[in-house]
Amino acid sequence: MGLHIVVCVKSTPSNSNVPVDAATGQPKIAGVPAAINPYDEYAVEEAVRLKERAPGSTATALTVGADAAAEVLREAIARGCDAGVLISGAEFDGGDSLSTSLALSAAIKKLHAEKPVHLVLFGKNTSDVGAGVVGAQTAAWLDWPDATAVKKIEAIDEASATVHRAMEDGVDALKLTLPACVSTVKEINEPRLPSLKGKMAAKKAVLPKWGAAELGLTPAQVGAAGAGAVVIKAATPPARPAGTRVDGADAAQKAAKLVDILLERKLI
Amino acid sequence: MANKGILVVAVSSRGVLPAATYELITAGRRLADALKEPLAAVVLSEKASVLAPDLSARGVDKVFCVESPALAGFVAETHAKAAAQVALSGGYGRVLLASNVAGRALAARLAVALKAGLATDVSEILPDGKVLRPYYSGNLVAEVQFKTPVAVMTLAPMSYPRAEKTGAAAPIETVAFDPGTAKTQFVSFTAEAAGEIDMGAAERIVSGGRGLGSAEGFKPVFELAHAIGAAVGASRAAVDSGWIAYKHQVGLTGRAVRPKLYMAVGISGQIQHLAGMSSAGTIVAINTDKDCPMMQLASVSVQGDYAELIPAITAEIKKRKGSAAVAA
Repeated sequence: MGLHIVVCVKSTPSNSNVPVDAATGQPKIAGVPAAINPYDEYAVEEAVRLKERAPGSTATALTVGADAAAEVLREAIARGCDAGVLISGAEFDGGDSLSTSLALSAAIKKLHAEKPVHLVLFGKNTSDVGAGVVGAQTAAWLDWPDATAVKKIEAIDEASATVHRAMEDGVDALKLTLPACVSTVKEINEPRLPSLKGKMAAKKAVLPKWGAAELGLTPAQVGAAGAGAVVIKAATPPARPAGTRVDGADAAQKAAKLVDILLERKLI
Repeated sequence: MANKGILVVAVSSRGVLPAATYELITAGRRLADALKEPLAAVVLSEKASVLAPDLSARGVDKVFCVESPALAGFVAETHAKAAAQVALSGGYGRVLLASNVAGRALAARLAVALKAGLATDVSEILPDGKVLRPYYSGNLVAEVQFKTPVAVMTLAPMSYPRAEKTGAAAPIETVAFDPGTAKTQFVSFTAEAAGEIDMGAAERIVSGGRGLGSAEGFKPVFELAHAIGAAVGASRAAVDSGWIAYKHQVGLTGRAVRPKLYMAVGISGQIQHLAGMSSAGTIVAINTDKDCPMMQLASVSVQGDYAELIPAITAEIKKRKGSAAVAA
């Protein structure tokens, strides 16, 4: 028995300080090395910890991306996941959160039919698009319950999970009927590095590749065709005006000058 | 029929409407005027009928009131069902929510229910309906166009001023709502320590970083924050060192904030931190290193030793405020 956990990950540029391509108006990411989205490391770690908590459990990593995105599935396996599935094909290019979450939900349905899924884990957001909604949207397509901003999975069995959600003013405890989707925050754990054994398993892993046809979707539903919002251009944020330096002989003088400025600008 | 009109979704938190709700009204009003379309708001709350009159007096054309005990704690499924019901029956074209935990989670589900394009953390709605939002961890700004008949967006906090009461009250319509049986049970809420100001809605934030050296080093930062009615923020380095709780973290892995005043004490300004605060109105950097990125970015920079400077600033503010009070 045990749990079947799915963890959704994304391959993102390892450095998000990217320039804009003047010709296309889009971020210039060619040549920037890709890596697992840093926030997904927490979701992967939580999947592995749940495996340790509930012996007999398995964790499957899932991603939508180019063929090269298989590397992030291997990274998840190196960190302790058991298997990985790549959703890939030209039809997925240019997807937004709406069409990408639809593809993920279709893949989760397929996994669920093969072996019932209890929990699907997500990171807080990605370091590129950073919408922070794909977990909740995937749950909506599946008509499963979900919780976002989860900082702790307090209790879990095959029927339900009690989770703690970090709100602006405190913590909500929610009991989710499984299967469910959970989006994590960094407070949930401290990710460990891949083990040697994990790296060996990652190298050997055979990763199935599913296109829209395997997911029972049409090309019109996924990628750019199925997207509801499009980035028509990107720009670097406007530069801030040059600042004022506060000088003074000692701390008291500097403090007085700073407070003058703050009062004059009606900031305090 | 084409979708028309703007709907602000107001979600109460512990029985009250967050201040961000009034920012949504301002943004919605401007867009409604630009497009010559009506602006409505829907209140989702266990106390909606108590909260609706306040919203109805802030420049909307109509307020829908969805009141149910099932809306007492935030349950994404239930709130999305209620919001979708109102959005669909009114045929609204644009739906605005706050970029807080509840607003974002609700917007996500609502967008799927309405088959709508979604943009989160929007800093500006352009008159033609396109929106600006952060991209690549705030290193870029994306201009987003919606392709669907309905667009859903969450607005970054403090991007618009808060709508004031205008005096004229818009009609309020009570909407019958059957929450059904949710697969999520709201168990309990545990509040944070009382008296703390939430960073998301704060006009002023004083933030501390690695330079403070210890949890003890944060004490003067809290005192300064208290003196000016500011929330306390922190860099990832300070949080990871265990000097202050994660909920104070500003930046990529923490919160994005947009106060009128952001004071960064002992924060060098790593790109991940800047992503969370670089759109603040005025940035004051206090650092020993005059060449660090935060000092370069700052509107006002002060070089010096924190242990001396911060208490001196707090004392100076107390002195001035005290004398101002006397003069008044």
